[in-house]
This record gives sequence, structure tokens and C-alpha cells, in this order.
Amino acid sequence: MTNVIEQLGAWAVMRVQEMGRMLLFVLSAFAWLMRPPFRFHQIMKQLHFIGYRSTFVVVLTAGFTGMVLALQGYYSLRKFGSEGLLGAAVALSMIRELGPVLAALMVTARAGSAMTAEIGIMRITEQIDALDTMAINPRQYLIAPKLVAGILGVPLLVALFDVVGIYGGSLVGVDLLGVSEGAYWNSVESAVEWKDVYGGILKSICFGLIVSWVCCYKGFYTRQSAEGLGSATTEAVVLSSVLILVGDYVLTSVLL
Amino acid sequence: MIKLVGVEKKLGGQPVLQGVDLSIPVGKLTTIIGRSGEGKSVLLKHMIGLMQPDRGEVWVGNVEISRLSGTPLNDVRKQFAMLFQGAALFDSLSVFENVAFPLREKLRMKGPEVGRRVEEKLEEVGLAGMGHKFPAELSGGMRKRAGLARALVMEPAIILFDEPTTGLDPLMAKSIHDLIVTMHRRLGFTAVMVSHEIPEIFGISDWVAMLRKGKIALMATAAEFQQTADPEILEFISVGGAVALPGSLVG
Repeated sequence: MTNVIEQLGAWAVMRVQEMGRMLLFVLSAFAWLMRPPFRFHQIMKQLHFIGYRSTFVVVLTAGFTGMVLALQGYYSLRKFGSEGLLGAAVALSMIRELGPVLAALMVTARAGSAMTAEIGIMRITEQIDALDTMAINPRQYLIAPKLVAGILGVPLLVALFDVVGIYGGSLVGVDLLGVSEGAYWNSVESAVEWKDVYGGILKSICFGLIVSWVCCYKGFYTRQSAEGLGSATTEAVVLSSVLILVGDYVLTSVLL
Repeated sequence: MIKLVGVEKKLGGQPVLQGVDLSIPVGKLTTIIGRSGEGKSVLLKHMIGLMQPDRGEVWVGNVEISRLSGTPLNDVRKQFAMLFQGAALFDSLSVFENVAFPLREKLRMKGPEVGRRVEEKLEEVGLAGMGHKFPAELSGGMRKRAGLARALVMEPAIILFDEPTTGLDPLMAKSIHDLIVTMHRRLGFTAVMVSHEIPEIFGISDWVAMLRKGKIALMATAAEFQQTADPEILEFISVGGAVALPGSLVG
């Protein structure tokens, strides 16, 4: 019995230590971001990798999400004779919830796992140690640009997601199911308010930070083996995804 | 220039360094030998502050670095370069960009001067015309040469070599040793090398130190080292055929 409690205690202490280490990791990266040299080229490169190269998967996901939302929404709303509100239903779902969450999950799966693998391989092959020996801080050179790119790139992808999703919804609702085009877009315009939009932006900024923070951390502290790298990549994706979902609930409860 | 005083280090609860006292002569090539797992690479990493001792002191010149971090540690590291066991080339950059990296990032150098210095170093290490290749396209020996070019391009005062010939065939290993010795004699930097290549290291080193059970068992000139009366050391270095032992080695 004592052994079980001891093991539980050791596990809890390790988790708390890890949370502390994660927080110090991101704080030091931001602190180094404020010091010269300012690596704008690195930030643009990461923005291209995290943002631009995730565009296709985000557009694909957004399109089909909007379409299925419209399909499901139409049949539910028709029971109450409210098909005209389909545009509002799709737009509000996209802007408030599905856009930020699904876009962030897609970025996690595509760019987040790649970031963990890249940094993890650099750790295993001593490339990060090589940066240290050259008196170049790895947090400033490697990590900070990725954090900035995540915070800037994910909101842009979410905006794209929302637009494509709402259009996807109109494709199904208007062209396929016969909802009035005017009713669709009028309901979008009347239902969506500024607080919905900035709520979505705030969520997307937080999720962008979560993805880049967690994935960079896991890669930076990966164990020195192929198995370690595999575990780090899996843990990064799972932890990022869980934190996005938990964070979504917390932010929604705060914003509402 | 580099001095370790009473350095102790545990890894994973196991004692690795147990009171290392070592002074590295300035401008000389010192090789650290020892059995696998003794902590030679760990010792090397302490010299440049990649690891911090649990106890003891690490001096680089007049600066004690064991508790330094951030900018003060980076200032000390500006004197150093290191060639890692796998060369640690940045695999997303070409050979040229790897060698140019310290010039661009540390010295903020731009323009044709970068190209001139990089091409000069690549030629010195026998990689002229290979600047466009990426690390994945290079053989092990070529990667080590590229790593050496990157280490030399800043003209450091101290270069650390972590098993520079491990994994290479004998001819390639000899060419890397020859290159290190040539560069050392031409540029006069302080060199500290960790190596298993016995007896070759006695031909290229000025000083040899042996790490045994977490301490320096012996440090002497290469010639004096081979004359030691310590039977364990003699047995260790005789495996490579450097010294003929009296009597039989069997049993």
C-alpha cells in the first residue's frame, strides 16, 4: 500500500516538475525573442511552414465541415420551419467553435508533429548542442520563431477556415438543398456579431501558442533514441490536442 | 587555459566523474583516452559548459564557468569550437551554409567575404566544390571534414574533438587525424581530443590523459605515457599494439 502511494506521489511530483519546466521553457523563449538579433527571416520561414503549407489541409477540412454542418443543420431546422436560419447556424458554429478548434487540430497534426520531429532529431544528433557551442541560444534561434509563427499563423488559418466553411455550407444549403440564397447570407450577416469574431480570434491565438509551445517543448527534451523521438511526437500531438479541447471549454466559459 | 578542479558528476544516479583534476596545456594537442563509458565525452562537455558539475570547478582562463549561464557563458564560448562525434551538421542547410553559419550568426558577416572564407576553409579540409551538397549526401568522412571546416572558420583559440574518427575506416580515420594535426600546427589552437584510436593518438598528440574510474589516472607527454609502469594502463594501450608487454597476454 505504501509502495502504491509512494509511486503515485513520485508520479505527481514528476508531472508538476514537467509543468514547471514547460512554463520556464516558453518564458525563456519569449525573453530571448526580445533580445537582438531579431530573426525576422526565421519567423517568416516558420510562418511559411506552419501557415502557408497548412492551407490545403485547412481548406479541405473547412469545406467538408461546412458542407456537413449545412446538411445536418438543414434537416434539424426544417422540423421547426426555420431553414432560413441555416446560414446563421453554420456561420456561428464555424466562427465560435469549429473554426478555431478544427484548424488548430489540423495544424497540430501536420505542422506540430513535424516541429517535434525536427527539433527532436536536432537534439539526438547534437545539432542543438552545436548551437550552444557556437554561443547561439537555441531558444532564440529555433524555438522563439516557431512560437511567433504559431501565434500569427493559426489565426490567419482560422479566418480562412471560417470563410471556406461558410461558403461550403452555402454550397450544400443553397445549391443542393434549395435554401434561399438571400436568406442564407442575410442570416449570416444578422447573427454574427463582433464578439463572436474576436472570441474566435482570441481562441485561435491561444491555440496557436499551445501547438507551437507543446510541440517545440517535446522535441527539445526528447530522449536520445528513435523510440524516444517517436514517443515525443505522439505525446506532442496528443497533449496539444487535449489542451486545445480543454482550452476551448475554458475560453468559451470565460467569453460567454 | 582550461583547468578542472575536483569535478564530480553523476548521471542517472550513477557517479561518472569522481574528482577530476586536469590542466590542459595551451597551444598543445591533448588526447583523453579511457574505456568506453568512463565519461570522456562528459568530461569534454564540462570544458565548454554543455554540462555543469555537481561539485568542483571548471576554469577557462580566469573565468570559472561551472555556474555560469546565458550571456556570460556565451562570452566564454566564443573562444571555443567543437567537432562532435557525428559532426552535428545542420541537415536543412548545405555544406556551404553550415560552414558560413557561425560567420553570419555570430559575426553578422554578409556579402562576398563570407563566400571567400567558406571556400578557403572547404579547400583546406579537402571539400572544395562540395559546398552545394547537403549533409545527407555526404559520406561519414566528408561530414567530419565539413564539421571541422565549420569549427575552424571562426579561428577559435580552443577546439574540442569528440571522437572525430569513430565509425570511419582506418584510411579515412588517418586522413582526419592528419588534417587535425596539420590545422593544429598551422593555426596553433589548443586542441582537446577524445579518442579510442590507439596507437595512432600517440603519434599525433603532445599530451595524453587517461580517465579511469572517474579520475585522471595519468597525464603525461605521449612518449612518457607509453613508458608508464601502471599495469592497467599498459594493458589498455597495448591492445592497439603500441607497447609490447613482457610475458603473455593470455589469461
